[in-house]
Amino acid sequence: MKVGFKLAMKMLAKWRLLSLFALIALVLSGCGKPYLSALRPAGEVAQSQYELMLLSTAIMVGVIAVVTIIFIYVVIKFRRKNDNEIPKQVEGSHKLEILWTVIPILLLLILAVPTVAQTFKLADVSPMDKKNADGKTDALVVNVRASLYWWEFEYPNEGIITSQEMVVPTDEKVYFNLKASDVKHSFWIPAIGGKMDTNTENVNKFWLEFDSKAADEAGGLFYGKCAELCGPSHALMDFKVKTLPRDEFDQWVASMKAVKEPAKAETASAQQGQEIFNNSCIGCHAVTPANTAPEAARVGPNLTNFGDRSRVAGILDHSAENVKKWIEDPEAYKPGNKMTGKYPQLSSEELDAVAEYLMGLKVQK
Amino acid sequence: MQAEERFTYETWPAEPEKATLEAKNKFLGFWFFLGGETVLFATLFATYLALKDKVPSADHALAKDLFEIPLAFAATMLLLTSSLTSVYAMYHMKNFQFKKMQLWLGLTVALGAAFLGLEIYEFNHYVHQFGHTFTSSAFGSAFYTLVGFHGGHVAFGLLWITTLMIRNSKRGLNLYNAPKFYVASLYWHFIDVVWVFIFTVVYLMGMVG
Amino acid sequence: MSTYAQKKGFGATLWDYLTTVDHKKIAILYLIAGGFFFLLGGLEALFIRIQLAVPNNDFVSAGFYNEILTMHGTTMIFLAAMPLVFAFMNAVMPLQIGARDVAFPFLNSLGFWLFFFGGVFLNLSWFLGGAPDAGWTSYASLSLTSTTHGIDFYALGLQISGMGTLIGGINFLVTIINMRAPGMTYMRMPMFTWATFVTSALILFAFPPLTVGLFLLIFDRMFGSNFFNVANGGNTIIWEHLFWIFGHPEVYILILPAFGIFSEIFAIFSRKRLFGYSSMVFATILIGFLGFMVWAHHMFTTGLGPIANAIFAVATMAIAVPTGIKIFNWLFTMWGGSIKFSTPMLWAVAFIPSFVAGGVTGVMLATAAADYQYHDTYFVVAHFHYVIVGGVVFALFAGAHLYWPKMFGTMLNETLGKITFWLFLIGFHLTFFIQHFLGLMGMPRRIFTFLPGQGLETGNLVSSIGAALMGVAVLVLLVNVVTTTVKNEKVGNDPWGDGRTLEWAIASPPPFYNFKQLPLVRGLDAYWLEKMEGKKGMTPAEPIGDIHMPNNSFIPFVLVLGLFIAAFGTMYHAETSWGLPVLILGMAVTLGAMFVRSIKDDHGFHIHKEDLIDDDKDKGVKA
Repeated sequence: MKVGFKLAMKMLAKWRLLSLFALIALVLSGCGKPYLSALRPAGEVAQSQYELMLLSTAIMVGVIAVVTIIFIYVVIKFRRKNDNEIPKQVEGSHKLEILWTVIPILLLLILAVPTVAQTFKLADVSPMDKKNADGKTDALVVNVRASLYWWEFEYPNEGIITSQEMVVPTDEKVYFNLKASDVKHSFWIPAIGGKMDTNTENVNKFWLEFDSKAADEAGGLFYGKCAELCGPSHALMDFKVKTLPRDEFDQWVASMKAVKEPAKAETASAQQGQEIFNNSCIGCHAVTPANTAPEAARVGPNLTNFGDRSRVAGILDHSAENVKKWIEDPEAYKPGNKMTGKYPQLSSEELDAVAEYLMGLKVQK
Repeated sequence: MQAEERFTYETWPAEPEKATLEAKNKFLGFWFFLGGETVLFATLFATYLALKDKVPSADHALAKDLFEIPLAFAATMLLLTSSLTSVYAMYHMKNFQFKKMQLWLGLTVALGAAFLGLEIYEFNHYVHQFGHTFTSSAFGSAFYTLVGFHGGHVAFGLLWITTLMIRNSKRGLNLYNAPKFYVASLYWHFIDVVWVFIFTVVYLMGMVG
Repeated sequence: MSTYAQKKGFGATLWDYLTTVDHKKIAILYLIAGGFFFLLGGLEALFIRIQLAVPNNDFVSAGFYNEILTMHGTTMIFLAAMPLVFAFMNAVMPLQIGARDVAFPFLNSLGFWLFFFGGVFLNLSWFLGGAPDAGWTSYASLSLTSTTHGIDFYALGLQISGMGTLIGGINFLVTIINMRAPGMTYMRMPMFTWATFVTSALILFAFPPLTVGLFLLIFDRMFGSNFFNVANGGNTIIWEHLFWIFGHPEVYILILPAFGIFSEIFAIFSRKRLFGYSSMVFATILIGFLGFMVWAHHMFTTGLGPIANAIFAVATMAIAVPTGIKIFNWLFTMWGGSIKFSTPMLWAVAFIPSFVAGGVTGVMLATAAADYQYHDTYFVVAHFHYVIVGGVVFALFAGAHLYWPKMFGTMLNETLGKITFWLFLIGFHLTFFIQHFLGLMGMPRRIFTFLPGQGLETGNLVSSIGAALMGVAVLVLLVNVVTTTVKNEKVGNDPWGDGRTLEWAIASPPPFYNFKQLPLVRGLDAYWLEKMEGKKGMTPAEPIGDIHMPNNSFIPFVLVLGLFIAAFGTMYHAETSWGLPVLILGMAVTLGAMFVRSIKDDHGFHIHKEDLIDDDKDKGVKA
């Protein structure tokens, strides 16, 4: 009898907890965009962090509920009715005080265990150390380098570099080496997982996983952000993550690798653009993906596949018009950027030509 | 007991540094101040350890190239002795023997000045023989900041004790200035203790690499 | 009329305040200066919310926005919250323990002028080439690359005002240990005094790391050292550690006095002694102690590794326990009490749910793995505004209303006080609640604008509307202050009628020597005990005798002025020829002031017994 009662109580408690979870999930879902919101987890890391959020929220809502009930009762019940009343002076209550010391400790233990477990799980980057016969890792590794105000993505195993738009395969763990080349930044793709700082003195490592179903929902393009104040255009230091199934990703790598030397422009205008580019821009912007120049020389984003990207300068819609606007006056769009004034003023015609050239830089035809 | 009251050997209290409320406050407050100073130096030590031997290139001198134990040991002995002489000074202060106190304080100042002289020689040596300067590397910055902060404390202590000695040379001891002498000597001991840590952490540990 | 109470002209009053060493006048100075900086910081906050009201706004430029956000944080923490807390500590704590002044009246004055000149120096940056722009945390890689003198103003200004805080902390510690009235044992001290005590200990151990950190920054930026210069072997993570070893205890330095003020208010306006007094004391000490063990939770994403992150996560969660103890003790102080909802009590009551909300998000932030999502987003912004506004600022408003009569001898208007309260409360929750969700929806903090189409528009607009309401609330408070000051209706010793502690046993404002005869303390809530036995005031612990008082001094002002001048020299020494001489001149003024202080006898003066008795006769007619 007694055992049965206990079991029933347990079930009841479990059911209550579950319904609470469901309620919270209902409140939280529908919050934010699927390509941006941490409340719409689109990968293993974000999912486990979301579950921790729900667990902690559930516990905390419980605490708030208890406090609120006592609070409302007290504030209503014990209003002063008579100006002469002197209430009994109570010193305290050991029983109560022990109660509200022990219960929070238990609640925190419930939270602490998964927290510690997840913290270690998310920091497990051991596959990065396992090198195969070629001295490469089996796992996909991306070296992220943050600069004012753009991102470089280097694939050391594949020997290619791209920037502003990272391309990754879905449904597998991707490992990251993170660092900054000027000031501290922080690498964050909210829907995919929490952030990690890019420091100036060391390389930080972590992993993320991109879920294919969620990626479909988000249109195959996730928003990434810089999360550490880094200067005037910190707010505009966005990047994008394009997710592809593994085989398409392999194709993308192959077509990137196929670009051994700068692609020849096709139209006459684009050829003129390429000429201008070679005179004024190529000092900072490479148009081949190979990792030949030393890091310090790679002072601007690599533009090999610029035409495939979805944004100009990480923030503007991808159109020739915006390319022209950007080159004409980058300061107006990203204050404090390192590009302004590094090249001669271009005429409107020249801008047209360069824009046409750049928009034609595609590897995915 | 009034602070400005005149005393004789017989009427002088046993603990003149804590005889008035003002003195008690000063005594306790100074201990708290030294607590804060301890954290300050602990932070500087931590910074030094983090940046020890952190230099931009291989041609910079490292701890093991720079430090010489005999010199550091001599400096240590000077400062330790000065701590002892300040103990004697306080002994005489408690016994209302103003002249003797002044004499021992004078010795303390002389030893402290000698220590400071050695330190200046040492810094000069590093700068000119090794090119190890405040701006040459993170190691240099951390070294000169830690040891220099200590040296600055020594210099301030010398100024302080000297001022006290001159100011009170005609007045003699009373309950207004006795606590001042006492806390100055506390400060001096503190500087000495910090140096023992510097000797260990910077010089001895520097030798073993 | 006795010789000590004469009407003075404006010049004489000004000189009096410039040279005062009286803790009550210094409290008023802290209140005025802190209040001014609070308005300034609030104005900066409004600029931030106007800029973020709509996407792609250009109300301010990107660079200017970073200056505003930096100055908002720095001003609010160092120049508004800290000094306002110090104002109440100065005004109330010595009265609560039955002392005639603090232990070091001269240093008290020095501490105020250090804070004041540091704050003025920092704000002069607006007019001299640009304010600091690397956030109030001023992380080293960014603060080293900042091209204006803004960061120099930050480092030097905070260095000067930080010294003042440290001096204040030592002063309060010694005061509480050495100067309690007869019978005032530690376990009979009012909670606010306990909070002051623990806070001062935190200041003593937390500020030196900041001092060192600021020195390293000053050396790197102005003297060519390489602490944070990675190319020459430096390491910027050192700054993060030093800043947060200071920065986290700083949070408790602000919140513990707030807890203290609320503890007083709950007891007074419930007419009931504080529930679980000894566990409250224990919890305060424990919070102070744990406050030093958790700094790295601000650095979960820095890459310290899972072991450090896990340890600091669990340590951080542990702080929730003593904080929870306090919340329940307050609730049970009201339980069975007789609650009167005067303005201070309204703030105190509203504080409980607001602060609990901030506290639970704190526990959420402590879960390291999930914090990778929260860190540096608007979730964090919401969290710390919930604790600092919902905790500290509420307490400052509550304390201002509660202690106004004790400090100025007249009450603030209750109706206006309640209007301020409701406007501010609604505005506050409107502004910050939604920010939790903005952060989770992908909005990083410290961004000068956001792009449309990311689902962030509505939340930001709501938040900005809330901010406007808070602005109006503060305006109402200002009107309240002005009108009641003009009316200046005098009140008696215990204007709330339910005062429990010693400060309510003496006149409002108290005479400059506070207690003619030191009171005999017979238990917790000393004044309440006497009242319950039908007595009018405290039983004296000593016969009427001469009172020893310290002399006023202009030296603190001059000493700090020297540092102020030297700071300009330091900043410009590398690029101008006059920099170094000015630096030397400033230091000479400071050392000279110290020298004068050191060689000049300053024995103070005595108020004679006969004058005290005369004083009594004057008052005797009124009472």
